[in-house]
Amino acid sequence: MKSSRSSALLKRLKLGRRVVIAFPLVWLTLFFLLPFALVLKISLSEAAIAIPPYGPLLEYADQTLHIFLNVGNYLFLLSDSLYIAAYWGSVKTAFIATVACLLIGYPMAYAMARAPARWQLLLLLLVMLPSWTSFLIRVYAWMGILSNSGLINNLLIGLGLIDSPLRMMNTQFAVTIGIVYAYLPFMVLPLYAHLTRMDNSLLEAAADLGSRKINTFIKVTLPLSMGGIVAGSMLVFIPAVGEFVIPELLGGPDTLMIGKVLWEEFFLNRDWPVASALAMVMLLLLLVPIVWFHRYQSKELES
Amino acid sequence: MSSLRRFNFSTVMLVLGLMFLYLPMLVLVVYSFNASKLVTVWAGFSTQWYGELFRDEQILSAVWTSLRIAFFAASMAVCLGTVAAFVMTRYGRFRGKTALSSMVTAPLVMPEVITGLSLLLLFVQMAQITGWPADRGMATIWIAHTTFCSAYVAVVVAARLREVDHSIEEAAMDLGSPPVKTFFSITLPIITPALAAGWLLAFTLSLDDLVIASFVSGPGANTLPMVVFSSVRMGVSPKINALATLIILTVSLATLLAWFFMRRNETKRKSALQEA
Repeated sequence: MKSSRSSALLKRLKLGRRVVIAFPLVWLTLFFLLPFALVLKISLSEAAIAIPPYGPLLEYADQTLHIFLNVGNYLFLLSDSLYIAAYWGSVKTAFIATVACLLIGYPMAYAMARAPARWQLLLLLLVMLPSWTSFLIRVYAWMGILSNSGLINNLLIGLGLIDSPLRMMNTQFAVTIGIVYAYLPFMVLPLYAHLTRMDNSLLEAAADLGSRKINTFIKVTLPLSMGGIVAGSMLVFIPAVGEFVIPELLGGPDTLMIGKVLWEEFFLNRDWPVASALAMVMLLLLLVPIVWFHRYQSKELES
Repeated sequence: MSSLRRFNFSTVMLVLGLMFLYLPMLVLVVYSFNASKLVTVWAGFSTQWYGELFRDEQILSAVWTSLRIAFFAASMAVCLGTVAAFVMTRYGRFRGKTALSSMVTAPLVMPEVITGLSLLLLFVQMAQITGWPADRGMATIWIAHTTFCSAYVAVVVAARLREVDHSIEEAAMDLGSPPVKTFFSITLPIITPALAAGWLLAFTLSLDDLVIASFVSGPGANTLPMVVFSSVRMGVSPKINALATLIILTVSLATLLAWFFMRRNETKRKSALQEA
């Protein structure tokens, strides 16, 4: 009697466990994983003048099942140098911005981790605060600073250093500075988290044994903060490759980036299959960095 | 001497970095009080752009739409993210764990254009098969925002769950408390600060999103970033500066408040430790 009750209880517990697991698993499968399968599907279909503007992959007619797998969209991407240039431009810009973020962000995080304990929370909030305002508005701020009649040019002309305005808006420079500005907090945060967790006795031991400061930094601090460097770099690099807002607002005709090309292919040309193919290739390019980031992050989540 | 030595390279970089982060926002704020319509020429102090901002029906209704979506998306994301974090930190091994943890971390870095496009294709396909959603708008934006915000919530809550002493929950269950009751009476109160932080983060992320909302929205549902974007595309406008100033002010006040409470708790904890 008792054992049957406890086994019923155990069954209920197991069922409860399954329901709890299923809730996030089903939601994310439906609204995160499944959509990618659809992108793949549409990227293999043919553009059509219809609503929605693409043709079917399967068609049943005259007792035959026709399967259409149209790789034309992918071949089209390869044949037009615009797309290859846009991918290359995105990866290059994102890489330069990531390196710049790392070079600025690492010393910042280092100084924060070394600051007196009562200052640390305030400094952390100060670094993160801009990212809680508005991304769009922070990019917009640079339009007023970099434009021909903007703050920097007015200042330089007012000081008599230049006669005609420097062209900074709608250039590669503006896009890079916009990405660095917008993503810097996401670089500093994981770096700070790693540096502040570091065991200071290791540094003292190195100093006691006569290691010079720069030597200690390279041999102890840098390797121990590697996790933070990877996480921060991926948090900047991956979204920056697909960035749309920054090249749209600060870039010009010579700053091709793939996020913007995809947007235009979708919203202006209404070519959903080509936009989907662009997304699939971008995902393929980013697969290695995403997996790298995931492996680091799941170690963090489960440790 | 020691205070002099503190002015080393990294401290200088921290000060410069903070200036880099804050000067552009300061410029936005200063020029929101400019009398001239030309944003870059100073023509005296004026608050006229704030008046114009509050008379702009389009912006006001977009603010209301965005706030409603952000409220419901953040609330749902907290439920979903908390369950995901709980399952990953407390359930040991189970089938689908790798899939779940991938789907929780991937949205953190996924480029927005890909997420937006993929969700739109899903909604179109769903409408073809089930007839829902016939019109895209607030509901579809809510689903999209809930999905990517829950990943951020899960990371924040999982960090807290790992810090919390697991043995209290085990003790409660050993004494016969069912798992659901244990969760609501023991786990939930301990992680409430993380839930609040996760909710606020999700709320700001939802309010801020332009790209995903542009893909999954339909006619009639314009969020604030969509309206700001179409205006900013035309060039700088002092009305947007006024809006920016109000956003910066709100976020700064909220952060100041959060800092005040966190510091007070820290001092309380320290004095409690000293007394013990």
